[in-house]
Amino acid sequence: MADQAKFSELAMEYMPALYSAALRMTREPSDAQDLVQETYLKAFRGFAGFSEGTNLKAWLYRILTNTYINSYRAAKRRPEVSDVEDVEDLYLYHRLSPVGSSAIGRSAEDEALASFTDEEVKSALEALPDIFRISVLLADVEGFSYKEISDITDVPVGTVMSRIHRGRKALQKTLHEFARARGLVGSATAEFAD
Amino acid sequence: MVAKSIDRADDMDSETCTGGNGEAGEIDCNDAVSQLYYYLDGELTDDRRREISVHLDRCQHCAKAAGFEAELRHVIANHCRDRVPESLIARVAESIAAEQRDLEKGS
Repeated sequence: MADQAKFSELAMEYMPALYSAALRMTREPSDAQDLVQETYLKAFRGFAGFSEGTNLKAWLYRILTNTYINSYRAAKRRPEVSDVEDVEDLYLYHRLSPVGSSAIGRSAEDEALASFTDEEVKSALEALPDIFRISVLLADVEGFSYKEISDITDVPVGTVMSRIHRGRKALQKTLHEFARARGLVGSATAEFAD
Repeated sequence: MVAKSIDRADDMDSETCTGGNGEAGEIDCNDAVSQLYYYLDGELTDDRRREISVHLDRCQHCAKAAGFEAELRHVIANHCRDRVPESLIARVAESIAAEQRDLEKGS
């Protein structure tokens, strides 16, 4: 059982991570701020039920995720999209890496990766349907394990893996569209084809 | 392991996989690619992990792809950090302090 007096000392350091996640979830700074505040209040009130020494960050993310799903998503009345297009493995790599290129110095695909902006990466992630967006966010931005994500989102590990993998590939497709829109890839790759 | 493999990719035949040439117990490129996310996520058993490592050491094509996927993950993580507004930090601290005062009054 955790002591409420110690809550702020232990929990406040996670605010930057929680706020970034809240922004990706709600896509609105004012909603994200309300969501973070509500998460901290709920966490403070429930802190007696948190077993000290276990994963506080995952526990806070669980409250954040549940609060988002139960209040914010419901309030938006967005139709819930539960699927993404099937995208092949290594989708982005195959499109950014010219066939037959040599890797002396910096490769074309590394240059392309380095050229993505905050804006592009954030909008690519935010374009994913909720369940995929939350899974990819927890795995790739926050570095949670499959088991931790399963505990945070209350779904079996197998479902978590499928959501992360499919979400990542759908994200790659969006990033590829951004790269193409900037003229980074496109017709030029055809020259390399046999 | 992945990063050093990229440097050796200049002598590879881009169309042909150089690893997993059918020796007993070896996995091929399709296996390696299908397990790549689990491998990079650190979610494989030791045996499975070793099989992929061996393949990536031998196949520059897959090693380069693995390096790309790992780098893409860094790119995603690094571009998704936002600055917390000072006003939010103050707001949260104040609401917790208020809650704490109510608790103390009540007890």
